[in-house]
Amino acid sequence: MSKKGVNIKIDELKTDVGFIKNLQLSFGKLVAETWTEPMGPTPFPSLTALREWDFKLLQRYKPFYLPYCDVCCLCTFGKCDLTGDKRGACGINMSAQQSRIVLLACCIGAATHIGHARHLLEHLIEKFGHNYPLDVGGLNIKVEAPVTRLVCGVKPETLGDLEEVLDYVETQVTHLLSVAHTGQEGSNLDFESKVLHAGMVDHVGMEVADIAQIAAYGFPKADPEAPLVDLGYGTINVEKPVILCIGHNVVPSIGIIDYMKDNGHDGEIEVCGLCCTAHDITRYYKRGKIIGPISWQLRFIRSGVPDVVVLDEQCVRADSFFEAQRIKAPVIVASEKNCMGLPNRTNDPADAIVEDLLNGKAPGALILDPEKVGEVAVKLALKVAPLRKKFKVIPEVDEVIQRAKECRQCNDCRRACPQDLHIPEAIKAAATGNLAKLADLYELCVGCGRCEHACPVGLTVHSFIVKAGEKKLKEETYKVRAGRGAIQDVEIRNVGSPIVLGEIPGVVAVVGCSNYPKGGQEVAEICTEFANRRFIVVTSGCSAMSAAMYKNEEGKTPYEYFTGEFTSGCLVNVGSCVSNSHIAGAAIKIANIFAKRNLRANYEEIADYILNRVGAVGVAWGAYSQKAASIASGFWRLGVPVIVGPHGIKYRRMLLGRADREEDWYVYDARTGEKVYVGPTPEHLFYTAETKEEAMVMIAKLCMRPNDTMKGRAIKLTHYIDLHKRLYGTMPEDIHLFVRTIADVPVTMKDEIVKILEEKGWKETVIPDPTLLPRLIRKKKE
Amino acid sequence: MAAEPWQTAEIPGPKKALVVTKPEVVAAMIKKAKHPILVVGHKAVETELDKKKLIDLMIELAKKAKIPVVATAHIISEFHKRKYKPAGFMPVVDIGNRLVDAEWSGIDGKGPHDLALFVGLPYYMEWTILSGLKHFAPNLKTITLDNVYHPHASWSFPNTSVKDWVENLRVIIEKFEEGGK
Repeated sequence: MSKKGVNIKIDELKTDVGFIKNLQLSFGKLVAETWTEPMGPTPFPSLTALREWDFKLLQRYKPFYLPYCDVCCLCTFGKCDLTGDKRGACGINMSAQQSRIVLLACCIGAATHIGHARHLLEHLIEKFGHNYPLDVGGLNIKVEAPVTRLVCGVKPETLGDLEEVLDYVETQVTHLLSVAHTGQEGSNLDFESKVLHAGMVDHVGMEVADIAQIAAYGFPKADPEAPLVDLGYGTINVEKPVILCIGHNVVPSIGIIDYMKDNGHDGEIEVCGLCCTAHDITRYYKRGKIIGPISWQLRFIRSGVPDVVVLDEQCVRADSFFEAQRIKAPVIVASEKNCMGLPNRTNDPADAIVEDLLNGKAPGALILDPEKVGEVAVKLALKVAPLRKKFKVIPEVDEVIQRAKECRQCNDCRRACPQDLHIPEAIKAAATGNLAKLADLYELCVGCGRCEHACPVGLTVHSFIVKAGEKKLKEETYKVRAGRGAIQDVEIRNVGSPIVLGEIPGVVAVVGCSNYPKGGQEVAEICTEFANRRFIVVTSGCSAMSAAMYKNEEGKTPYEYFTGEFTSGCLVNVGSCVSNSHIAGAAIKIANIFAKRNLRANYEEIADYILNRVGAVGVAWGAYSQKAASIASGFWRLGVPVIVGPHGIKYRRMLLGRADREEDWYVYDARTGEKVYVGPTPEHLFYTAETKEEAMVMIAKLCMRPNDTMKGRAIKLTHYIDLHKRLYGTMPEDIHLFVRTIADVPVTMKDEIVKILEEKGWKETVIPDPTLLPRLIRKKKE
Repeated sequence: MAAEPWQTAEIPGPKKALVVTKPEVVAAMIKKAKHPILVVGHKAVETELDKKKLIDLMIELAKKAKIPVVATAHIISEFHKRKYKPAGFMPVVDIGNRLVDAEWSGIDGKGPHDLALFVGLPYYMEWTILSGLKHFAPNLKTITLDNVYHPHASWSFPNTSVKDWVENLRVIIEKFEEGGK
């Protein structure tokens, strides 16, 4: 770590005690520089430092805007009608306005992770000290913070070192957010560049959060054999008191687990979680249980099972407090970002808080001390559980049938449903005593509850669906591998060459939220398909949970039959949302460890390397949050394309290549300076797929890179063609764009493909040493 | 039903689709167009209308009106099973992205399209694609053939029953049987 702290310079100062001249003082870091790698061109990059790189990407992957509506309503000049090419009162047009909204979303996402990181780090420094070492994998991880090293040009060694990294990213987010103010940026492309900047700093923030908690809490340290842990409603022993934690910041949950262990209650209480906190609970405590993704919040609270509900931050339903009240479960809110209107009891004695929550004097409490959260939650759970036995909100079958008879078949529930589920038909059948159609909706429902708010007669439609699917709910017992954290350097060394040369057909990162078009099964299918095809498959967050909710004929979940090692044919759960940084980190480490490219503040070169050589694709099949948007934009700037599910089209713009425009697909050959056509590889940077089938074909296609060797390209083409034939029922029409020489053609399909090449007038080209950066050309052409 | 967006929260803004009250109008607009295109989404295979699938009606329309078809998602094989070869198949975001390019030579290479008909996409995908076209393809008119109101189209049917939907599509197709293009 080389960055200094505060510098004070006094030229002249006269005081009562004397006269000071030319005094210079430095406070803060005086840590010796231990990183010998030369500093690259862009340490702590400003908003415009990487603008040229961004414009290269945006020239090829032009934004296609898909506005939600015609107006801008951000300031009091408006509302302004921006239909077509109209400009608003501030002068902005629709393209810029849409990219401004994307920037806002990404700033929210980045700020969320960075704010989380700051809270976490402050707590850990208070508990463990500034000098606590950042061990995230022992000797297996020499590049402990690849994203931070790449972006900031510093090598953090202790928790204290991370503070300065956060100083930088917080500053950047403030600047970025100010860009969205009325009367600032006017160019959509500059907005887009800043979107990419937001994503980049988001990845730094995520990395800070995860390496700090891995080091301090002893989470699995880059462990391919991280333990298999329980997932699903059915894994909860409802006979025990149940504490449910929801959110992303694990600190209060750790307070609970520590208090429980320290006071002899380990094993007496079920500690379970929803969303990313759940991942981090199981990284800390093997007996912890994951209920499921964010979309399980409503159904699990309504089941009546939780005795105490603890809310921290991010992805917590805003009505979870009210839902918990309905099942008489006391609520503890543990984050200053999510106070839910509850009184601040942080300074009150724990027993007094327990008493008030137990006797119903207060339905909930805000407690900002995680240790006190632990004490209150455990004591409360032990006392409240016996009082809550047999309490249910999910209606009984008879009640569902009776209430279903009140349905007017007005369709309002269906029109409110983001999935357009055929709810009225199912209610109609339920009124006759047949709950089968409602049960069919269980796996398709994303658990938003909009149907209930739309119902004019107040039917609790979501509860009806959960009741009908209760059998499935109770049978949800799965195994997921606890989040392992980073990828080991040796794993990178083992797979770097086959990835870069194309012999491992690709790295597929299945990440993001659970806004799935047809239920979570599709996530499991995507993961399984590509792991079986010997791709490297990594997961995180809610998608990592959904990937587990599927069993083969032997009753095993994908995490049980695929390896947790980062290698061909694996299924690797890196962990919670902030662990996404390890996926970007793995791509960066391939460039650094395998290809020996300098990492330090050398962003453009590394991103150029990844774009042209590392066949990685992000898939966020259920992406819906602002954090998902910023995570994706961090991947785009690194040259990793991202596919989202159909709801992802509501992110308002795509970054799409045009395969039909030959001029867009030239790179420099770094050996000669020649410009070489490399085909649309990868064709898109941000893309939404209408169906799972389309996504799967596109995953295989987007893994192709200009640098693929002939053998590698043949392998990748084999997967692309095979999936296309199976899922589309036909040959792809663009094979000729990906064949550089005849040796690229898969041997088993040679005759068929050569015939197509001849029909398309295909001509052979060369395989370059590809780059988009003229400064990397080793011998310039005269 | 009234011309309200099918999804209740989908409020477009000042410019909303004109409501098609008579299906004959759609037929007339197709006839008037110089180079229309029909984009068929995957739900056309899942949607059954009057013992036929929506895709079958679209094939009938495309053949009679001589409209080039783009199949989106993975449903190209469903067209081939029915012995019909669409002019192209591509992801819906790709066809949308090409349609905003005034210089694009069309799915069949015969020049820019002046009318795009959409059917069978998930509602929220169709509304966003139509919105992109409304704002960024000024020379293109759009019509949705779905039975739900799409406010971002140039013209849309209101929310209608399946029975009326089939009838509307039948009328459009019959107009071509009577006069052709």
